[in-house]
Amino acid sequence: MLNLRLAWRNLWRQKRRTWLTATAMIFSNVLLVFMISLQFGSYDMMINNTLQAFSGHFQAQRAGYNDNPKLRLSIDAIGALAQDLRLRMPDTKIAARAAAFALASSDQRSFGIQVIGVQPEFEPGVSTLPGLVTKGAFLDDPGAAEIVIGSVMARNLKVGVGDEITLLGSGRDGSFAAGILTVRGIFNSGLPDMDRSFAEIPLKYFQEMFSMGDHGNTVAFSVSALDQVTPELNQAAQALKDHEDLLLLDWTRLHPGLKQAIQADLSSAWFMYGVLIVLVAFSVLNTQLMAVLERTKEFGVITALGIKPRKLAGLIMLETAMMAFIGLVIGLFLGWLVAAYFNTVGFSYPGMDEVAAKFNLPGKMYPSVTPFSMLLGPVVVFLFCLLASIYPALRLFRLQPVDAMRAA
Amino acid sequence: MAEIKCVELCKNYQQGDAVIKALDHVSLDIKQGSFVCLSGPSGSGKTTLLNMIGGLDELDSGQISIDGQRVDLLGQGPLADLRLHHIGFVFQAYNLIPVLTARENVEFVMQVQGVPAAERKNKSMAILGEVGLEGMENRRPSQLSGGQQQRVAVARAIVSQPKLVLADEPTANLDSVSAKHLMELFRELNEHHGVTFIISTHDERVMRYAGRLIKMQDGRVIADQGQAPE
Repeated sequence: MLNLRLAWRNLWRQKRRTWLTATAMIFSNVLLVFMISLQFGSYDMMINNTLQAFSGHFQAQRAGYNDNPKLRLSIDAIGALAQDLRLRMPDTKIAARAAAFALASSDQRSFGIQVIGVQPEFEPGVSTLPGLVTKGAFLDDPGAAEIVIGSVMARNLKVGVGDEITLLGSGRDGSFAAGILTVRGIFNSGLPDMDRSFAEIPLKYFQEMFSMGDHGNTVAFSVSALDQVTPELNQAAQALKDHEDLLLLDWTRLHPGLKQAIQADLSSAWFMYGVLIVLVAFSVLNTQLMAVLERTKEFGVITALGIKPRKLAGLIMLETAMMAFIGLVIGLFLGWLVAAYFNTVGFSYPGMDEVAAKFNLPGKMYPSVTPFSMLLGPVVVFLFCLLASIYPALRLFRLQPVDAMRAA
Repeated sequence: MAEIKCVELCKNYQQGDAVIKALDHVSLDIKQGSFVCLSGPSGSGKTTLLNMIGGLDELDSGQISIDGQRVDLLGQGPLADLRLHHIGFVFQAYNLIPVLTARENVEFVMQVQGVPAAERKNKSMAILGEVGLEGMENRRPSQLSGGQQQRVAVARAIVSQPKLVLADEPTANLDSVSAKHLMELFRELNEHHGVTFIISTHDERVMRYAGRLIKMQDGRVIADQGQAPE
């Protein structure tokens, strides 16, 4: 107790210096709390938006389909299966799909495209693409010979809403697949690849055209929030336990590139945070070195009384821990205030609204206010501050009582 | 405890190109319960001798033993334990911890010794009363006069009842009344508790209390008055 009192009072011998150092800690902690929570929030948004754009949060597929998407790796009675899953998992949006490659031709031009068979009544629940139709409308008749295409494809094929497109491809059984479909809508996702080579047609029409019977290739699942993925995935696994040939793939397997992009972004951000933390640690090192130098005579006397250097070193570490704790508590509180405020009202920068609206995305980012995102930065700062006090503390082991007592 | 034997102590300090002989073949025997004053002009080696006996500095040559234990051969850890448990120091410049109150300064050493909090409090209050600082226990050093600070330093040195007290010019910054009180206290502890005192001083008033007066000059003992016969 006396040690705590001594450390606390020593801390305030040089009030201005202590506050300056603590302020550096507070500032870095506020910055870290806000930046990390915003970063995690933006990752959540990025993941959500990417998954909601088309793939859904997770999918059920036949084994091997994700790596080699062959038409033949299909799920039978996919419509009934999706319906059964919808009944068992009422909180999750579920839609069945099939996918194939085809040659799309207009009167003037032909291009290779990816054709997706979708359930028009359920597809808007798992994909934002239906909301991105800027001309015409999205599919609504489950069996109609209609197609929705990307804006770049429409330009390349020189077609508009109401025009006809011929699709030629291979059916599931190897037969010739062909169909003439009317352009019902044109979407603009903002993603060049998708707008150039992606088209959606009703699943029933797809199954007829590609000789699929009642087969499809994937069941897409979309949940209300990212933290619901794991429980809903477990529920889906339970529901599909009799389908041993089916695999459930979450977003990390559906979009490995997204995971890598997040990891790369985290690495660069941590470098920046690391620089900030090291600067704060050097500030603490400087403060505690000064404290040790100023009190050399006092430490000499204390050593002469028989107190061992490790006790003094412990005192310096305790003083640093107290100062770092002040920085942690105040920084954490202020950082939480800032992050909680933007978590409520959202964070955006000039022009973000307009860009986001083009892609049917929310115009604001919401910091992720979780214990992990709040504590991560301040705890690392705290540990680095303690680390920085080791050198001044170690100097006390070299202290000679007589020399130290002669110090000015 | 506190039978001190010094044999041929030598200590030189380098000052620029010159070598200062702080101790030049000093040999002494100090019996338990002695009240010894070291006198002599500045630079005569009094403080160096005290530092050597207290294990605060290293000898160039010679031997020091306390109760048969060779102090000069002890490592830093055992030396610290010796000082903590058996030796009380009183310095000329008080050297109190400025952020602690009088009572906390006195308690500090006991806390390191592992004395329980309640016992620490009782002992520190009692000793501060003995040195005439009753009612000033919660004052910090900056709120005490020089004499009062020196009494706190004395209380700190003797609270753990060491067998040996080493005091370096303890009255140098005190007025005559405070100096007299301090010396009376030292004599009382020496006579009633058997504490051995070795005091370095220029002060004639202090020397009057000495049972044995050792005069030093240029690092050598030039006179030794009042030594008990073998």
